[in-house]
Amino acid sequence: MINYIIRRILQIIPILFGITIISFAVIHLAPGKPTDLMLRLNPKIEYEAREKLERIYGLDKPLYVQYFDWIRKIAHFDFGRSFTDNRPVIEKIAERLPITILINTLAMAVILIFSIPIGIKSAVRRGSFFDRVTTVFVFIGFAAPSFWLALLLMSFLGVRLGILPVAGIVSLDFENFAFSHKTIDLLRHLILPVSVASIGSLAGLSRYMRQSMLGTLSQDYIRTARAKGLSERKVIYKHALRNALLPIITILGLSIPALISGSVILETIFSIPGMGRLMVEAVFTRDYNIVMAGLFVSALLTLAGNLIADIAYVYADPRIRYKA
Amino acid sequence: MTLFGAGMILLLVFVAVFAPQITKYDPTCIDIQEALCQPSLEHPLGTDLLGRDLFTRMIYASRIALLIGFVAVGLAAVIGVFFGSIAGYFGGKIDSVIMRFADVMLCFPAFFLILAVIAVVGPSIFNIMVIIGLTSWMGMARLIRAEILSLKTRDYISASRALGASNFFIITRHLIPNGIGPVLISFVFGVAGAVLTEAGLSFLGLGVQPPDPSWGNILMEGKAVLGIGWWVILFPGLAILITVLAFNLLGEGLRDALNPRKL
Repeated sequence: MINYIIRRILQIIPILFGITIISFAVIHLAPGKPTDLMLRLNPKIEYEAREKLERIYGLDKPLYVQYFDWIRKIAHFDFGRSFTDNRPVIEKIAERLPITILINTLAMAVILIFSIPIGIKSAVRRGSFFDRVTTVFVFIGFAAPSFWLALLLMSFLGVRLGILPVAGIVSLDFENFAFSHKTIDLLRHLILPVSVASIGSLAGLSRYMRQSMLGTLSQDYIRTARAKGLSERKVIYKHALRNALLPIITILGLSIPALISGSVILETIFSIPGMGRLMVEAVFTRDYNIVMAGLFVSALLTLAGNLIADIAYVYADPRIRYKA
Repeated sequence: MTLFGAGMILLLVFVAVFAPQITKYDPTCIDIQEALCQPSLEHPLGTDLLGRDLFTRMIYASRIALLIGFVAVGLAAVIGVFFGSIAGYFGGKIDSVIMRFADVMLCFPAFFLILAVIAVVGPSIFNIMVIIGLTSWMGMARLIRAEILSLKTRDYISASRALGASNFFIITRHLIPNGIGPVLISFVFGVAGAVLTEAGLSFLGLGVQPPDPSWGNILMEGKAVLGIGWWVILFPGLAILITVLAFNLLGEGLRDALNPRKL
């Protein structure tokens, strides 16, 4: 198993290289130079000033030199400075990243806690009232835009009823709270964003869980288990569930990019100071160092998520564990 | 359900094509006197903060949503089929280069990639179509590649080659037409995804720019009147939901029809 994990980590290296190339190319291959936009605001700028600015950002060098300069810097966690406030990009990202990871991890937990039982129950009682109700819920949950659900919940629970906060992750006077109060305050602020973040994948995953469970329940070994007189409980939870969960781990890994994508919109709606919102702000202010770093880090998050999913898969499936 | 999906899509296309005939209002005509009217006979879905008829803006928005959906996913399909069929047919080095490239592209959360490109080229309807297309071809490339890998070992391909058919002929006349099924299904789901992406981008203010109406940017304006004008929030979201639902249902139906293996 250790061998497998090491091999899996080694496979990441070329992918990581590819990620840096694309992150760099997106910004540099597009028509125009990053400085053009800064200069366009001031048409009177001198030719020498333009040259100087390009030299500062290294834009006068050939593209491949610029790329290797950039790689060398990010190997030392130096993503340059933000164009807007001149702070190191890495500092701004380090500030924002934990919040995004927290929300996505909580969302992932919510997704698992709800989708697996829902999937099992609708597969076991196929065609029942429960199955039909959840199928409708799944299709709607899958199609409803998350930011719309967020707005509806905000206007109903937040504005109309006033029971949940609608913006930020802590109250204004957070600093003065006692520790227990702080935790409750944080949790109250997280309820809406986490529920909205999880709804789409929750719907999708319970559908997959249902399909996977149906597939497993029609296998021969399930008939054998029943034939030898095991209780239905044992057949479902011991024999079927463990096998049905395997493809779910893969799908969970594949749904990570979508979850991270989702934080862009949700953090903006709920005014949460996370990576997603940093990215949107950077796009508006054309803060290219942040955009490039944000893109790179978002891909790293996906890569890490996929790695965890793969390791979990090996852990869950003894066939792979022993083969490797 | 498939028929319901197909029916909804036809209705949407009809509404989008005949938008000017369906409503008497102008989607961008501001009338402050009529600002934030509740739904009434005069304005069936009410008016927005600037007094524009919401129903009118929504049906004009359906034009933009469908245009972006079809063109973006069409572009993705062309790129995906091109790369996927080359990778699958020639195999070897070409295959690994193309598919590793697709793997790397798949590592990027779509929204971050799209936003990064928008930061450079700026938001516009045309840019959004192209960007969504350029960032969503990977799934289709994988699908057509998998199909071609199994199709190219068939006897009729050997026969065709023995008769002197060129690689180009074999790929475009035999392999792609026979292996296009999964791509078609993915196309339908892709339109649903592109509609959602466009709505999300426009909601952030980085998609379709006002005064052009888009369901996403109407919702963005709705956020400003949260708690006052519920209709500005409710209806555009429903429109997105129904559109995405329709394409998803059609996609599921197609998948069942093209894949006889049933659980």
